Amino acid sequence: MTYEAVIGLEIHVQLSTRTKMFCGCELSFGEPPNTRTCPVCLGLPGALPVANAEAIRLGLMIGLALECDLAPQSIFHRKNYFYPDLPKGYQISQYDEPLCRGGHLGDVRIHRVHLEEDAAKLVHAGSSGRIHGSEASVVDFNRGGTPLAEIVTEPDLRDAESAAEWLRLLRATLRRLGVSDVNMEEGSLRCDANISIRPSGSQELGTKTELKNMNSFRFIQRGIEAEIARQTKIVESGGKVEQETLHFDPASGAITSLRSKEEAHDYRYFPEPDLIPVAITDELLQSARAALPELPAARARRFESELGLNAETAKLLAFRTELADFYEEALAADGAEPVPLANWVTNELTARLGDDDPQASKVSPAALAQLVGLVASKKVTNAGARQVLDRLVEQGGDPQAIVEAEGLGAMEDTGELDGAIDSALASNPDIAERLRSGDMKPMGVIIGHVMRETKGRADGGEVTRLVRAKLGL
Amino acid sequence: MTHIRDLTAAQAAARVRDGELGAGELFAAYRDAAAGDDLNAYLYVADEPNASGGELGGVPLAVKDLFCTEGVISQSGSKILEGYKPPYTATVVENLRNAGAPLLGKTNQDEFAMGSSNENSAFGPVSNPWDRERVPGGSSGGSAAAVAAGAAPWALGTDTGGSIRQPAAMCGIVGLKPTYGAVSRYGMIAFASSLDQAGPLTRDVTDAALLFRHMTSKDPCDATSLGSPEQIALPKSERLDGIRLGRPDDLSTEGVEPGVMAAYEQTLKLAEELGATIETCHLPHADHGISAYYVIAPAEASSNLARFDGVRYGLRTNGSDLLSMYTQTRHDGFGPEVKRRIMLGTYALSSGYYDAYYGRAQRVRTKIADDFTSAFESVDFVVTPTAPTTAFKIGELADDPLAMYLNDYFTVPMSLAGIPAISIPNGLSDGRPTGFQLAGPAFSESRILDAAFALEQALAFDGSPARS
Amino acid sequence: MIDREQVLHVARLARLELSDDEVGRMTTEMSKILGHIEKIAELDLEGVPPTSHVVEVTGALRPDEPRPSLPRDVAFANAPDIADDGFRVPSPQAHA
Repeated sequence: MTYEAVIGLEIHVQLSTRTKMFCGCELSFGEPPNTRTCPVCLGLPGALPVANAEAIRLGLMIGLALECDLAPQSIFHRKNYFYPDLPKGYQISQYDEPLCRGGHLGDVRIHRVHLEEDAAKLVHAGSSGRIHGSEASVVDFNRGGTPLAEIVTEPDLRDAESAAEWLRLLRATLRRLGVSDVNMEEGSLRCDANISIRPSGSQELGTKTELKNMNSFRFIQRGIEAEIARQTKIVESGGKVEQETLHFDPASGAITSLRSKEEAHDYRYFPEPDLIPVAITDELLQSARAALPELPAARARRFESELGLNAETAKLLAFRTELADFYEEALAADGAEPVPLANWVTNELTARLGDDDPQASKVSPAALAQLVGLVASKKVTNAGARQVLDRLVEQGGDPQAIVEAEGLGAMEDTGELDGAIDSALASNPDIAERLRSGDMKPMGVIIGHVMRETKGRADGGEVTRLVRAKLGL
Repeated sequence: MTHIRDLTAAQAAARVRDGELGAGELFAAYRDAAAGDDLNAYLYVADEPNASGGELGGVPLAVKDLFCTEGVISQSGSKILEGYKPPYTATVVENLRNAGAPLLGKTNQDEFAMGSSNENSAFGPVSNPWDRERVPGGSSGGSAAAVAAGAAPWALGTDTGGSIRQPAAMCGIVGLKPTYGAVSRYGMIAFASSLDQAGPLTRDVTDAALLFRHMTSKDPCDATSLGSPEQIALPKSERLDGIRLGRPDDLSTEGVEPGVMAAYEQTLKLAEELGATIETCHLPHADHGISAYYVIAPAEASSNLARFDGVRYGLRTNGSDLLSMYTQTRHDGFGPEVKRRIMLGTYALSSGYYDAYYGRAQRVRTKIADDFTSAFESVDFVVTPTAPTTAFKIGELADDPLAMYLNDYFTVPMSLAGIPAISIPNGLSDGRPTGFQLAGPAFSESRILDAAFALEQALAFDGSPARS
Repeated sequence: MIDREQVLHVARLARLELSDDEVGRMTTEMSKILGHIEKIAELDLEGVPPTSHVVEVTGALRPDEPRPSLPRDVAFANAPDIADDGFRVPSPQAHA
């Protein structure tokens, strides 16, 4: 019996407003604890919430970008439960009249998008130790009340890798929209997965578990894989999957239970009486629509059709917003053609910068454009250019200047190259023999020797051609 | 020479503005009376005035405990907030201060505004100045008793199901519940969010109009506030010509004290003499008002009171773990009536019961609101006795919560519909005051006050026996 | 129409400790009150929309402009237990 996994994602996005969802406290970025609070977000008696118009606009932008249905009115509900990070004893969220319903991104359908306020931060007490015999925790209300958009997908995903890839697309889209920093490490993007398995081909849904708070794309992928494996093992040995909330420990690969079904909360949702229904007026919609930028999928298509990039490269660029922004800036700086520039960005640059934002690096878009131009005009070889790029990454600067300073210019004097080849052949007589006899495999050794001697300024293809000519091949 | 405290608030304000009376002298007279109060109406009395001038002329204001007053205790009559001093002041109190009314003191009330007798206060019951063995009504019992006794010129109360009107009736004074949304709720320690409204408790209708005029505002801190569409006019009518008063025929008179009924009928006759016509009107669902109210109000309250958990302020009872800290703090801090309503409300919202209780009650509410809208197509005001009985003895209804709830029978439908209503004293039964209620469409306060004024002049009710 | 078990369950949802006595009394009182409230079950409310907000208010949104936060000592002024610049509480177990 083979099983297929059924995966849905629940994503919380911190919106980039200036103030909190229901009060005027400025959002906190590492401020000292409890310095960004007021009667409203502290839950003091008598305080009342008032909804942030900008948060609603950003929520609408998300809905428009995901092609959701936007109802003419949306209401807030109270979600009631007790926890120290919840000052009112309820969270103001949305229930059956969310801001957005339906929609899709890529191949995955969106179930809903709604707005809510974030909980405060509960920290296990360090020096505070214990109180009355129990472990103690300390609450910092700075974060409490931060506006969140919750995006829930339909369970359309079928494996961990596509889930992670889709999440990257979502992240790029939200980044492009400018509605959030969507930084998983900082917590402005949080993702939970709902996972179940069923016999392949079945239409019924199995019992699902909820895997919470995995804070990187890698962990999400590994976590989902681990949970699918765990569930498969249970079912294969005749057991039943329990509906529960789970935690994935990336270090050990272990999956542990956070809460079981018996502890399921009764949230006693009812419409928030302190907030009136939000009328989604034409004016609000216009304002949101006008603010929509070109989204990643459309951007990728444009890269293909207008710039001639292949589909793979176009996606690699467009689905990483910062990368595509860097690319387009470099293109605008002139000096490089779209296709080679794209290849340099998606291969050499990302190899050196990883997931870091290229805008934050020392390589300026103009510098990269210039470098690619130098390669195109054969003033620098590929190998030489790679060394220049290393230097740019380390210290920034101007490619032309680096080429001159370090003598990395492509060899213009074929005599020098000739000499280097002769020297390489002379130092490797047995290889020269093999080459003469038609075995091209060790050519790399000769090329490597020549490269070292010329500090990478030789062109590999040119070396090969000359060696063959010299050996009469 | 009239004693300072025999002046109405409007009269005192006028004399202060004219320079005949010193604001300081006025404040001192009331402060001393409040400090010497033996009705247990006050929980706090201010030393010095914190406002002066303006149209309210420095006439000091007694404020129900649940209004947040910065730096001054605000406990909503509850042990769970004992000693709590808010870092901000309620908008309505601030509005009145800016108009010239300084804080006189904080008045006693039923805990979290839940009650009709002020017997649910953690700080002891309040006595009715007409008969000290009897309740002043509730939940704004302290405010009502203080005004009736002459220990405050005027007072702020709140009304959720009748908590201004019913104590006004039992204490022989005027009490107005405004249209829902006319007055900001920011800074009012919440009971039931969709029902709570602040309003004036005063010696006469003119004082109520004057105070109310400065209470209303559209507050950016309260998303449900609308303010008043027009400035509140001071009443002046002496007659009721052309006014149609509707007496609802579907409200039961079972359980209404004969003396209350008699005073009601008398007032209707008087109204006719003033030119009004009395017509029958129909409020077919109003009889279910109590049932709907005692689902909706406790439900909202159960959620509003969840913040009292011992974490950030108020009472904390240390437990062996977090759960017991929560449960013991709330056990120790809340009185029996509050616990009862939290339980009822939680139940009404809980899984499996929402549709049958909260869901249904909200639909009944729609019907009641529609009933009033229809009624107002053919009458100007709906009139009823304010409360079914006069003031009962302290302790008399202690073991019968349901009987206590029925005190709100005539006042709850207006609260559910969000419409304004006033209670004016209209006579005595067995020597105890009775109240007459006029309700009008949303934002008809100026007209209600005007009609009430005309009746008041004709009734000539004498409240002086209660004043010491 | 409400039994002890239900009362205990509701008390747990509401985080209210009730003594045995209180549970007994609460069961009786709630039953009586619910008995009266159940009157609303008699009404025909087919097609009647619920009223969550009794007034028609519009435009009650807040511009995204910062307002001053409370100074920390003010935020802490009424707190029962402060430590490490925060509100100290017993740690939640897996289920609190």
